Amino acid sequence: MSTLTKPPAPAEEAPPPAKPRKRGRLVPYWLLLPGILWLLVFFALPLIYQASTSVQTGSLEEGYKVTWHFATYWDALGDYWPQFLRSVIYAGAATILCLLLGYPLAYLIAFRAGRWRNLILVLVIAPFFTSFLIRTLAWKTILADGGPVVGALNNLHLLDVTNWLGATDGDRVLATPLAVVCGLTYNFLPFMILPLYTSLERIDGRLHEAAGDLYARPSTTFRKVTFPLSMPGVVSGTLLTFIPAAGDYVNADLLGSTDTRMVGNVIQTQFLRILDYPTAAALSFILMAAILFMVTFYIRKSGTEDLV
Amino acid sequence: MDVDKDERRPTLDAFTKRTGIRVKYTEDINDNNEFFGKIKPQLAAGQDTGRDLICVTDWLAARLIRFGWVQKLDPAQLPHAYANLSAQFRSPDWDPGRAYSYPWTGISTVIAYNKKATDGEKITSVSQLLDEPKLKGRVGFLSEMRDSMGMVLLDLGKDPAKFTDDDFDAAVARLQKAVDRKQIRRFTGNDYTADLDKGDLAACVAWAGDVVQLKLSNPDIEFAIPDSGYLTSTDNLLVPNKARHKRNAERLIDYYYEPGPAARLAAYINYVCPVDGVRDELAKIDPKAAANPLIIPDKAMAAKSHAFRSLTPKEEAAYEGKFAKLTGS
Repeated sequence: MSTLTKPPAPAEEAPPPAKPRKRGRLVPYWLLLPGILWLLVFFALPLIYQASTSVQTGSLEEGYKVTWHFATYWDALGDYWPQFLRSVIYAGAATILCLLLGYPLAYLIAFRAGRWRNLILVLVIAPFFTSFLIRTLAWKTILADGGPVVGALNNLHLLDVTNWLGATDGDRVLATPLAVVCGLTYNFLPFMILPLYTSLERIDGRLHEAAGDLYARPSTTFRKVTFPLSMPGVVSGTLLTFIPAAGDYVNADLLGSTDTRMVGNVIQTQFLRILDYPTAAALSFILMAAILFMVTFYIRKSGTEDLV
Repeated sequence: MDVDKDERRPTLDAFTKRTGIRVKYTEDINDNNEFFGKIKPQLAAGQDTGRDLICVTDWLAARLIRFGWVQKLDPAQLPHAYANLSAQFRSPDWDPGRAYSYPWTGISTVIAYNKKATDGEKITSVSQLLDEPKLKGRVGFLSEMRDSMGMVLLDLGKDPAKFTDDDFDAAVARLQKAVDRKQIRRFTGNDYTADLDKGDLAACVAWAGDVVQLKLSNPDIEFAIPDSGYLTSTDNLLVPNKARHKRNAERLIDYYYEPGPAARLAAYINYVCPVDGVRDELAKIDPKAAANPLIIPDKAMAAKSHAFRSLTPKEEAAYEGKFAKLTGS
C-alpha cells in the first residue's frame, strides 16, 4: 500500500507541476472510496447498531433503551452454550469432510485432469446455479427413510456405526446430526475445492520431478512437497467452509431435528419469534467473537501469511 | 389467490374490469414473523408501507391492531362482507365485531397421516401422535406455537380460548416428554407436506388446506378431526396506516365476500371459506369441493372448532420462549 501512495521520484532539475502530482497521490484513495463507503454503510454502521441493540433492555411495546445491560451476554451464553458447541462441532466436522473430499478432487483437477480441467471446474460450481434452499431440500429426497441411500447404509451396517457414534438414531438419517453435517458439507464443498485448486495449480510440476530424481517416493513427495505448498489453499479453504457453516441455520432447520439446532436457529428464533432483539444481537456478537478468536488462533498455528 | 393456466388471476381481473381499480398483487409474505420484521420499521415510524391491503394470520393481525398500526374499516363500504361473514369468524377476541379486519381464508389445524406409512392404522387423536410406539420418530408438529400447543391443550381437555399459564405449562410438559422420547421427528413449517407425502412423516399436525391439495395427488393421505376438537384461525385482510387507497382496499374486501368470487376463490385455494352462502355457487364449479368439510365446514365439524385466545405481549414472549426451548432453540 505504501508504495502506491509514494510520489514518483522527482526529476533532477524541473520539479513536475504540482497539480497532477497531487491528483496522482490521491487517486488510490478515490479508488478506495466506494469500497470504504460500502463497508461503512453496510458493515460498520449495522455493527454499531447491533452493538447498541445488544445492551438495550425493554420490550416491543415500551420500546428499547440502551441501559448497558451486559448481563444479556452472560445469560445468552449460559442458556445457549449447547447450541454454540454444536455449531462448532458440526461446522468442524463438515470442514474436515470437505477437506477429505475436496483435496483429492482439487489435486485431480490441478495435475491430472488435462483437457477436462475446465469442465470439471464448471461441474464443481454448477450447483450454485440452483438456489441454496432447493439444494438443501433435495437432500431430503436423497436421504429419505425408504430411499436407496439409507437402505444401502443399513445393509452395510454403517448406520450401526453412526448410531454408536451418536450421529444417527435408529434406521434413519434424516432429522439426525449426520444429515445436518452432510448438508453442510455438500453446500460448502465448492468453497473448499476452489482455493485448494488455485494453490495446487500454482505448484511447479518440475518440483515433483525433482523430488522423484532425489528418490522420494510419491507419498513422500506429497508429504514434503505438495501438501506444504498447498497450505495456503488448505487454510483459506477451511476458513471459507468453517465460518459460514458455523453460522448456518438452513441445514439444521430442514435436515435436522430438535436436538440438532445450531446457534443460527437460536438467533433466528430470538429475533423473529420471541422478538428479544437484545439477546439475538448478543448471540450474534458472541458467535462473531468466537469465530474471530478461533480463526486467529488457527492462522497463527498454521503459520500462513499468504492466504491465497 | 386463484391463478388460471395462463397465469392470470380470474377473480382479480373481474374486479378490475368491473371497478376500474387495478390491483398489484404481490406474494411477499412467506412467514408472518419475517413479514412483521419487514414492515415494522415503516409502521413504527408512521410511514407508508407501500401496501394498501395486507393479509396476515390472526395473532399478527391482533398485534398490528394493538399497536394501532392499521386503520378502522368503514362498515358502509362493506355491505357484502358484513352480511356474508360466517358466524364462526364474526367476533374474535382481538377484533370484536371486525372493526379492523376481515378474514381472507379460514385455516383449520387438523391431524393428517399417510395410510401407507401407518400400515393402514387410523390416527385420530393427538394422544396417539404423542404416545403410539409405532409412530416413533415419524411424527411431525408445526413450528407455529399456537397450532401445536393449541392441539395439545385440546387433547388435555383445555380450551385454547381460555387456558391458564398452568394449562400451558402442562401442555409443554406433555409435548416435551414426546420430544425426549424421540417420538417427534421435527417441528416444521410448510415443508411437512413433502415429508408426509413420502411417508418420512407417518402422521402430523397439519393445515387442512394442504391436506386437501395433497390428497389430490396421493390417495394414501388422510385427515382426522380429533374428538377433542381442532383449531381454527384466519388469515385476515387489513389496511395499514398511511395506505393511499383505503376506499379501494375496502371495495376489494367486499368484492371477495360476494358468493360468486368467493366460490371461485375457494375452489382454487382449498382453504376454509369464511363466506356464508357459497356452497351452491361452489357446487356449480366443483361439486367435490362443495361437499368437503375442510373447505365448507358442516355443522358437526364447526361444533368442534376452537380458536386460540389472544395473548398479552408478556404472555406471547413467555409462551414463545417456552415453545422455542421445546423445539431446541
